[in-house]
Amino acid sequence: MQFTSVDFQRNVSKALNDPFLQQALQRGMHGFVGKRADAVSAVPEFEQLRDEARDIKNHTLTYLDYYLEKFEASVTRLGGHVHWASDAREARELVLEICRKAKAKTITKGKSMAGEEIDLNEALEAAGHEVVETDLGEYIIQLAKEPPSHIIAPAVHKTRDQVSDLFHEHHRALGFEQRLTEVPALVDEARQVLRRKFLSADVGITGANFLIAETGSNVIVTNEGNGDLTSTLPRVHVVTAGIEKVLPTLEDMTVLMRVLARSATGQEASTYTTVFSGPRRAGDRDGPEEYHVVLIDSGRTAILGGEFQDILRCIRCGACLNHCPVWGSVGGHAYGWCYSGPMGAVLTPLLKDLEAAKHLPNACTLNGRCEQNCPVRIPLPALLRKLRHRQYEARLTSAMTRYGLRLWTFLATRPALYRLAFAAVARSLRVLGGRRGALSRVPFAGGWTAGRDLPVPQGTTFQSQWRARNES
Amino acid sequence: MSTSREKVLGRIRQSLRRGPLEEQTRARLEARLSAHATHSRIAFTADAVERFIDKAQSQAATVARVASAAQVPDAVADYLKSHNLPATVAAAPALRGIEWPRHLTVAFGATRGEHEAAVTPCLAAVAETGSLVLLSGEDSPTTLNLLPDNHIVIVNRSQVVRDFETVWQTLRERDAPLPRAVNLITGPSRTADIEQTIQLGAHGPRRVHIILVDDGEGSG
Repeated sequence: MQFTSVDFQRNVSKALNDPFLQQALQRGMHGFVGKRADAVSAVPEFEQLRDEARDIKNHTLTYLDYYLEKFEASVTRLGGHVHWASDAREARELVLEICRKAKAKTITKGKSMAGEEIDLNEALEAAGHEVVETDLGEYIIQLAKEPPSHIIAPAVHKTRDQVSDLFHEHHRALGFEQRLTEVPALVDEARQVLRRKFLSADVGITGANFLIAETGSNVIVTNEGNGDLTSTLPRVHVVTAGIEKVLPTLEDMTVLMRVLARSATGQEASTYTTVFSGPRRAGDRDGPEEYHVVLIDSGRTAILGGEFQDILRCIRCGACLNHCPVWGSVGGHAYGWCYSGPMGAVLTPLLKDLEAAKHLPNACTLNGRCEQNCPVRIPLPALLRKLRHRQYEARLTSAMTRYGLRLWTFLATRPALYRLAFAAVARSLRVLGGRRGALSRVPFAGGWTAGRDLPVPQGTTFQSQWRARNES
Repeated sequence: MSTSREKVLGRIRQSLRRGPLEEQTRARLEARLSAHATHSRIAFTADAVERFIDKAQSQAATVARVASAAQVPDAVADYLKSHNLPATVAAAPALRGIEWPRHLTVAFGATRGEHEAAVTPCLAAVAETGSLVLLSGEDSPTTLNLLPDNHIVIVNRSQVVRDFETVWQTLRERDAPLPRAVNLITGPSRTADIEQTIQLGAHGPRRVHIILVDDGEGSG
């Protein structure tokens, strides 16, 4: 996908003025928060499970080399193949080579964020393969030639009406004449179209929610069952996964599975959680003959062991997106890459480009809801603050902000001066605000006042109120 | 040994500021793996079978209870009849031992989706979430769980377990590597990808029907 994080500010204005997007967000996003809250409050163990999930992930990251080697040995023992990709280009080439060898005409895909990250579809299509996304949301955006806008609800930015148009346009050639408008009918039509693809595919490519070191398994969690059909019907199954997906045992995975479903969709269990281990066995009547896992580094080892390591615990549940007021206003595309919202604002600068993605860590109010709802307790606001700090040190912060911060530091470390200065500023703002009590324009803050007025301070300063309170 | 493999493992060790793990640490991690330590489970006081039924139904599965294994064929026939389905099913070869009624055509083996209904056994049924656990294998092809519109699963009362930890334990006691696929299935296939409206029957079965055998011990 096109990497447009550098245009974040322009993307945001476009998103805020897009009536379809705003309508889709309003309809699509209201359910997530309440469903998660209900699912979480139903289990008293939830906070304990979050602690355990965090600890399991931390443990695995501390011994990541051990668990990856263990995983590789287990897969090999089952007759599968593990491939290592140090970067996105290598990952693409490995998958392309497998597909070439399999003489793949049609390739079905289960939703994979790792696949999005490495631009797999573009590469496969350029090599002449027919690639079909099978998660309904991914399929919709594939027809629309758009990237996903949400980790677990990739087409949440589309209205039903837009889906109707897309299906009508693309399915007509397949014998579906009518433009359908109701959800059940739309889902049914996609089912019929995709069923043919499932049955004719030569290679199936999926991601992995988890990899299990002990058993050499990849675990896929879906509600549609598309991951299972993609992994079962074609002759070759390829898994693309980041190296941080590995976990020691099934018992460890169970903890993550319990927090994942509840955090993502508010379900106790997703409809399909499947543990796949290697290719079909002697005597099996179905299942792929070849099983490949492509382990992708692509920037992850650079995060490991450093001040941002916590983000490698992320299990891609989408809870931080669902609880983020910024994401809720602008949707996922504005962020400019496959990851959006709080986790995307941390990952994009680290995995892609600190400078090009410099606006993302600043598009945050530090309200902390993401951290409160993160199943593996990633301190997202702290990581975003650290990224801002890193930007400041790399001189990526604008001159105006840098001078502003320097001026503020100068005052804040001199309390008497600080008091005088802020009392004076408050007084003059009050005078300028006049009877309306608000300013429609403020020097050096034109961007801020373009969309709203600045209310002027009322009454006395906090410090003088505090002093008065303590004296009485 | 590919060079990328060495490169990635090398970068991991460099980032973690250490070399390859010492023997002692490896032994400790080996021990952690083979201990299969469990973590917090979801506590509940209800009877496991009742909870399983409740949870499965809450996820849109249907449940029919029969007193004994001998009643299973009729329960299957009843289900087909009540949904106006043809008297033909694909069935897991593991169910060959059942005495199927004469009017029912039973095709043992995998399916490519040409059957409207499939009947399978399961390894276990999990009370925690109302999930069914099915194993792939010569006697239970995975396509039966996924392609037909109707998936009928026979669960013996003795197969109902409280949680997933018990399932993993059971799998290890088989003393064989995991089968190619362990399917944990909770209700019929669904999607909410169009305006977050939940719709059943996305790609997999539109209906999951559980026949719970009260005196059932074997056959799974």
